[in-house]
This record gives sequence, structure tokens and C-alpha cells, in this order.
Amino acid sequence: MPTIADLKKGQKAKVLDISSDFIPLKLLEMGCLPGNDIQLVQNTPFRDPLYLNINDSYVAIRKETAIQIEVEIIS
Amino acid sequence: MAKQINVALVGNPNTGKTSVFNQLTGLKQKVGNYPGITVEKKEGISKISRVLKAHIIDLPGTYSLNASSLDESVVIELLLNKNDKDYPDVIVVISDAENLKRNLLLFTQIKDLGIPTILAINMADRMERKGISIDVKGMEERLGTKIALLSARKNTGFDNLKNLIENYKNLSTEPCLNASEIDPDYFEILKKTYPKEDLYKLWLVISQDANFGNLNRNRVQAESNLETKSKSEIKRLQHKETIKRYQFINDTLNKFLVKDLNQATGLRAKLDRLLIHKVWGYVIFAAILFLIFQAIYDWSEYPMDMIDTLFASLSEMANSNLPEGAFTSLIAEGIIPGIGGVVIFIPQIAFLFLFISILEESGYMSRVVFLMDRIMRRFGLSGKSVIPLISGTACAIPAVMAARNIESWKERLITILVVPFTTCSARLPVYLIIIALVIPDERLFGIFNYQGITLMLLYVIGFAAAIGSAWIADKFLKMQSSSYFVVEMPDYKMPMFKNVAYNVIEKTKAFVFGAGKIILAISVILWVLASYGPGDDFNNAEEIVKTEVVDSGETISLDEIETKIASYKLKHSYIGKMGHAIEPVVVPLGYDWKIGIAIISSFVAREVFVGTLATIYSVGSEEEETIKNRMAQEVNPILGGKLFTFASGISLLLFYAFAMQCMSTLAIVKRETGTWKWPLIQFFGMSAFAYIVALIAFQLLK
Repeated sequence: MPTIADLKKGQKAKVLDISSDFIPLKLLEMGCLPGNDIQLVQNTPFRDPLYLNINDSYVAIRKETAIQIEVEIIS
Repeated sequence: MAKQINVALVGNPNTGKTSVFNQLTGLKQKVGNYPGITVEKKEGISKISRVLKAHIIDLPGTYSLNASSLDESVVIELLLNKNDKDYPDVIVVISDAENLKRNLLLFTQIKDLGIPTILAINMADRMERKGISIDVKGMEERLGTKIALLSARKNTGFDNLKNLIENYKNLSTEPCLNASEIDPDYFEILKKTYPKEDLYKLWLVISQDANFGNLNRNRVQAESNLETKSKSEIKRLQHKETIKRYQFINDTLNKFLVKDLNQATGLRAKLDRLLIHKVWGYVIFAAILFLIFQAIYDWSEYPMDMIDTLFASLSEMANSNLPEGAFTSLIAEGIIPGIGGVVIFIPQIAFLFLFISILEESGYMSRVVFLMDRIMRRFGLSGKSVIPLISGTACAIPAVMAARNIESWKERLITILVVPFTTCSARLPVYLIIIALVIPDERLFGIFNYQGITLMLLYVIGFAAAIGSAWIADKFLKMQSSSYFVVEMPDYKMPMFKNVAYNVIEKTKAFVFGAGKIILAISVILWVLASYGPGDDFNNAEEIVKTEVVDSGETISLDEIETKIASYKLKHSYIGKMGHAIEPVVVPLGYDWKIGIAIISSFVAREVFVGTLATIYSVGSEEEETIKNRMAQEVNPILGGKLFTFASGISLLLFYAFAMQCMSTLAIVKRETGTWKWPLIQFFGMSAFAYIVALIAFQLLK
């Protein structure tokens, strides 16, 4: 199953599962919830942290968190 | 007399909450601390109408009522405590048009508290450009509130907001949605156990304590005998609550907000492509830092020279106009040079705060966090450590507090431990005067001022020491800690003049008055110690020196005899005795006993250094001169020649770069870490390191 860490630049995806205990509540509050859209905004140095557009919020998270969040790539 | 009500401003970070606060209160605001903790408390008065005034509190920015930091918990503590004198009659939730979805999460939570609430949508002037349109009436009904469209930048919509505040009694206090649906059984039990309490408030108290521990303040009530849920169960419920709220919000926005994505402008994308580019991003960041330090040095030269001259002539005026005596000499030789020692740094500190607040206001600081995270992580720090490290160039105290934003405790602790290495503004006075004395005022390639480069290098050294010690601490500290890292990347904005100006004024004032008090006190003590002495050597100085001169058979002028007497007196004063006692310790570093005294008094606060030397030197001399000229004339009593040479200057610079000389920082570290262990490690570790480095530097260069 792909995770946020697998997204390519500009690719959009839907969040599937956020049940992992490693996901901070703050990220959910930013809108990282099942069914919501997520997009990798641009490539960044070392691909870590990742620069994302989650549910219309621009947010950066580390790769180690990104691999915990399963997504379904839509475009 | 006009009636007064309490209004609390609540909102996510980066929504322009502070701009709204500034527009509402103007200069009628004050910044203090919440009792017992060091979270900044901003409050002010706003005239709402002819008969109504509002006491406005700008609460710390938060994404939700589930606090994960001390700053955020302040918001909840106030909103849960009906007995607090600041408990709001009405809450204004500040949101911004572009991030409404996320902002509404906090709004729906606030609505559950049963306090009249207004939704202010800031940056409304940008809505059209961003292709956003809102059905205000429909949304008001759906959310059970009144909406004020604002633009703090253009100063529009405030009349409407004031109007809504004035009529706050008409606002609905019903919640938007029923949060207890996330676990009906549990909430049913809660309700039965505490029939008198507001259910949602209870839930907040319970989840807060699980997350954050009890802050020992007035609670809604004690929750000791309640059926307890485990931490992870509570976390699950919070997840559920967040999801439920977002369902409601998505549904609302789908109905009442239209967003035309084609209209979205590409400024963010264009700037980000450059500013967080894997090469250019770092080049630009370095260039910005370099520019800032050159500017601080070049631009503040003239005002500083003027202040220096002004205080020298003030001393002279006091000396010639006031009747001779101990009181006059206390003023002319103790207090005036002491105050001058603080005031002179106002230009530089103001410039530093100016640049820092522009970087923060523009949204660039978040990009720096982003750029640096990967690098900082190698040293056991977080990208967010960059903000403490940068604001540490102003003062370590707010910097240690800024570390609160770091989610991982280990990364946060390491940041706190190493922040005092960054070059704070209190070191600037010392650096500037020493650089002016020992580094030539010439230009490399005709552009770069050597003195400016030296200053920049000192900042680099401080930063390197911070990073290096972080790396060591990371190796030694054995603690498990999950490293969360979530950073919002706000839109780029032109910094608002008003916000920047208030920030600069506020911070500079705090520095001058905070440091000023200590420096004044120390100046007076030093003057006393330097003006009086034990035994015959001090009291009969005049005869002893005169006899010596006569015995030696030399012919010297009256002036020279006066100088000899003065320095003989100083040598045998209380401070002279103390200075000579510590002389063996400081001589290997290239200093004399006067510098030794200045260093010792610097352990209270570094900026005392220049003031101390100023006081010691003016007690010993008749003419009023600028501090710098006087230092340049000092002679090394042991080696002969000038006291401030390249070698001793560099040694002194390095000592100040590394030594932990600030009581207030130690106190704040104790408060933030909860134990004396860490501040003591900082104090002894840093100071010993400073001594060794300064020793090596002087012995190699002399």
C-alpha cells in the first residue's frame, strides 16, 4: 500500500488510514483525515521533510511520519 | 463611566490575530506574563462605543483546544475558569479566509464552551484574488454565530466587529455539534457523575490532564474519583472528535463557500521554488544572515557614537555643575556611565529585533525551519530549533521559551541546553567595543568591513559551538522520545509596519529596562567598592604618592601626580583588593585585574562588562572621555605595552562567546526543564570550556 512518502511532485492522493499511534494529533487537526485530499507540493532537499498540501493547509512533515500514513493515489 | 467587558481573541497561528489585536487596541496595550509561567500575555483596551470599553486579551495561537504545549494550555486554562478575572464575556475567533477549513476546527470547539462567540474572517481583502466567495448569512445560521469580515492590513471591517462585540448578549451560546456522540456511553457516565458540570468542559479537563498534567490552577472541579480511561483510549477519542468536527466543517463549507481554484495565485509556488531550493535555498539563507549582520554593524555606528559622546558630556556636566562631593561623583562616575553602558546598545538591539520580526512576519521563518530540519536532525536538534537559535541572537531567555514549539522532548532539551551559545545581544556590547579596539577599521576588497566580518565570524563560532555541543549531547543523552514534526507553511506576506514596529519597541523596551536595572545596581555597587578602601594605603594615598615622588627626585607635572594618586587609590580600594586576588587566574588569558572584575560582574549579565569598565576607569581618571578611548589607553601592568592587543582582544572575545554568564538564562532553564541539573551543567561546562579556549588563544597569539 503506498504511503505519503511515495508521492511524486504534484501527485494527489486520498488519505486512507491514520490509525497508527505514531501520527500526532496536530496533523489530524491540520486535516490529515481519512477521505481528505493530500498533495506533494514540490520536491525538496533530501525528500525529507515533505512539503504537503493537506486539505488546503500547507504543512511540512518528516518522512518517518509520512510512511505511517497510507494513501490511495488518484492523479 | 463606560462599562467594560472582557474580550478574548483566539485563533490559529498565522491568521493575523496579532494584527487584529494591534488594530483594536493601538498603543493602549501591554505585554506581561501569565502568573507563575513565562507565557507572554498581551492585553489592551479598545473603545467599542461611547458607553462600552473592551479589555482585550490576545491569547497564544493554537490549532485546537487539545493543548500540546504550555502556550496552548494557557488558552484552555482561561476558557475553563469562570472565576478568572480575565474570563471572557465574548470570544472572537480569528480565522483567515484561505484556511477557513482548518480554522473552523478550533471555532467549533470554542462554540461548545457556551461562551458568546464571534467568527472574524481576516484577510477578507484577499478573497477575491484567491477566488473565494462565502455565503455569510447562510454560514452564520449554520454555525450559530455572527461573522465579521475583516482586513487588518487594510483596516476594514472593524466597525462591524465592534458592533457585534457591543451586542454580544444577542449571540447564541449553543454548540455547533454534539461532541458526546463520539462515545455516548462514556459521556453518559460523566453526566451522571457530575450532573452540574458542562459536559464538554469536563471532557476537555480530562483529556488535558491526560495529555499535559495538572497545572495546579483553578480547575473546573477535581476529577479524582472518575472512571479513568487510558491515555491511548483518550487519544482515540480525540481522533474521533477531530474527525467528527471535520465532517461537520466540510459539510458546512461545501454548502456556503465557493472556491475557484483557477484563481489561486502562484506567488507561493514561485517563491518556494527558489527559497527552499536544495542549493539556492541555503545560499539565500546565508546571504540574508550576512546582510543582517553587516547592517546591524554599519547602520548603528552613527547613533551609537552620538549616544557615547552624549553620555560623556553628561558626566562632565554633572561634574562641573553639581557641588563637589561623594554624591556628585556617584552620579558622574557611577550612575551616568552605567546607564550609558545600556543605552548605547539600543540601536543595535532594535535593528536585530527589526530583522527577526520581518523574517517572522513575512512567512520566511517557516521556510528556514523546513530547510534546516534535515541538517539539524543529524545533531539531535529539530528544524524548529532554528527559531530558538536565531532568536537567541536577541536574547537567550525568549529563545529558551521558543523551544516549547518543539514536539520531541529530547530535541527540545538539547535545544535549550545549547541555545546560550548563540550570540545574544548582551554579548554585542562586549564584542563591539573589543572589535573596535583590536580589529582595524579597513575594508576587504574595498567592500567588506573587517570589523563586520569579525562580528559575523563570532556569530558563526557561537552557532558552531551550539551545533557541536548538541551533537555531543545527542550522543550522551539516553532517552526515548518520539519525534513529531509538523510545521505549517504559511503564505508569504508583506510584513505589516505596525506589527513590526510594536514588536521592536516592546522587545527593546524589555531589554533596556530589564538589563538597565541590573546594570544600574551593579554600577552603584562598583562605584562604592572603587571609591572606598580599607586601611592606610587607601586613606593616605596622597601623602604616600607625594613622598614617593619627592624621594625619587623626578620632576613631574601636577597632572601626572594627580593620575598617580588616582591609580594608587584604585589599586588599594576594595575592588582593587578583590581584583588583585583574582589576578593570577586571569593573567594567563592576557587580562589585567580590572578586566577580571568586569568578567566577574558579567556573570550576573554580560552587558555589565562595558559599564563596569566604564565605572572603574572613570573613578580613576579626571577627564571625561568616551569609554573606547579610555580602554585604548590602558597599559598591561605585567607585560607592558597596550592592554588591549590583538591577542588579548581575541582571547576576551572567545571567553565571552562561550562562557555561561547570565543568571536570568540559568533561572529560565531551571523553570523550563524543572530541575537545577541542566542549568548547572550549562554553567560549569560552558564556563570551563570558555576559559580553556581563551587561554589557548592568548598563548598562541601573544
